[in-house]
Amino acid sequence: MSEDNRKGAEGETDATNAPQMSDWGIPGTYVFDHSRSRVGYALNKLAHSLTDKRNRELFRADEDTYMAKYKLTDIQRDAIHRRDWLRLIKDCGGNIYYVYKIGAAVGDGLYQMGSQMRGESFEDFLKTRNARGAR
Amino acid sequence: MAKIVAGIGSSHVPNVGPAYDAKKFDEPDWKPLFDGYRPVKQWLKEQIKPESVIVVYNDHGSDFALDRVPTFAIGVSDEYEQADEGHGLRPLPLVKGDPELSWFLAKELIYDEFDITICQEMKLDHGLMVPLPLLFSHQPDWDVKVIPLVVNVIQHPLPTARRCFKLGQAIRKAVEAFPKNTRIAIVGTGGMSHQLHGERFGHIDSKFDELWLTLIETEPEKLANMSHIEIMKNAGAEAVELIMWLVMRGAMAPAVKKTHVNYYAPMTTGMGLIAIVDL
Repeated sequence: MSEDNRKGAEGETDATNAPQMSDWGIPGTYVFDHSRSRVGYALNKLAHSLTDKRNRELFRADEDTYMAKYKLTDIQRDAIHRRDWLRLIKDCGGNIYYVYKIGAAVGDGLYQMGSQMRGESFEDFLKTRNARGAR
Repeated sequence: MAKIVAGIGSSHVPNVGPAYDAKKFDEPDWKPLFDGYRPVKQWLKEQIKPESVIVVYNDHGSDFALDRVPTFAIGVSDEYEQADEGHGLRPLPLVKGDPELSWFLAKELIYDEFDITICQEMKLDHGLMVPLPLLFSHQPDWDVKVIPLVVNVIQHPLPTARRCFKLGQAIRKAVEAFPKNTRIAIVGTGGMSHQLHGERFGHIDSKFDELWLTLIETEPEKLANMSHIEIMKNAGAEAVELIMWLVMRGAMAPAVKKTHVNYYAPMTTGMGLIAIVDL
C-alpha cells in the first residue's frame, strides 16, 4: 500500500529547476505537498505569525510594512491585497490552515473564503448546505 | 497494569467550539450534533471513568509551523495552554497533562521503533480543544488528564493509514506495560468527509462517512489499507485526517463493540462520533 500512497504526487522539479506545482488529479484540489510547501514557505510563515495578537494588530495597521518582513513574491503580496484566497492556495503555495489566519486577521471567515474559492456568493454557497445555522 | 477502557472517534470541526461556548445545545441546527455527544460524555463519566485520555489530533498551523514538521509528536507536560488560532482563546481551564504516562509512552514507543518527537511545550488547537469538552467535564476543572499525540496530516508526505494503525497497536502494548492501574481512554479525532480549499471547497460524501463508521468497528484492516489519495478523492482532501482514527482503533482489541454512534453533516464537514469498547 505504500506504493499507492507514493503514487499520489505527479510532477517534480522541471529542467530549469523552477519548482512546479504537483497535480494529484483531483479537480479543484491543490494537495499541500513538497511543491506547494516550498513555494509557499514565506507566505505560510507570515500567516502563522498572525497567531500572535500583537502581530495581527500590526498587520491590520499596515499590511505592506508587515509583509516586507517576509520574503514574499510580488504575486503573493498582490493576492493578499486582493484577498484572493483561491490564488493564494492554487498558485502561491498557501496552505488553507495557514491562509485562514490571514482571513481571520482581516475579517473573512472560512465559509466566506470558501464561497469565494467556489466562485459563488456567500448566500448562494449557504443555499447548498444542509443546515446553514450550524456555523 | 494500565488498561485502555474505551476508544472514541470524533470530528474536531472548529466552529463547534464557539457554539459550545455559547451553549447553542438546543438550537435546531446544532442540536443533532450536541445530542450525540451528551450520552457519550455521561457514559464516560459514570461508567468508563477514565483517569487519563490519549487524544490523537493534528495541529493546524496553530502551534507547530512548517519550519519543523514532526510526523508523530507527543506532549509530556504537566499542563497545556490553548493555541491562539486567530480569534483569541476559549473560556476553558488549562488542560492537565499526565507527564509520567506521557514519558512512559514516549520511551516504550521509541524502543518499539516508533520514533516519536517529544514535546515539553505544546499549545493545543481545535483539533484537541473541540472534542475535549464534548467528552469530558471541565467545571471547575477537567476531570481527566490528557496525553496529546499529534500526527502530521497537513503537509504530504503523511504517515500511511497502516502506519497509524500500527502506532495504535504499539500504544496498546505500551499502556499494558505501564506499572500503574490507570484507566485510559483514547480518542482519534478529525474528519469526516470535508474539503476546505479550492473550487471543491464544501465537498462532503456521507456514504463514505457511514461506511467508515461501520468499518472502523468491524473491519479496520480495510481502512488501514486505504491510500491517502483514495480517501481524498472520495471524501475531500482534508478528510485524510481520518487516518488518525486508526491510531485509536489500533489501540483497541481486534474485536470491539460499538456503544454509541452519531453522524451529522450540516455545513462543510461530516461530523462523526463513535464510541467502542473491547469485546
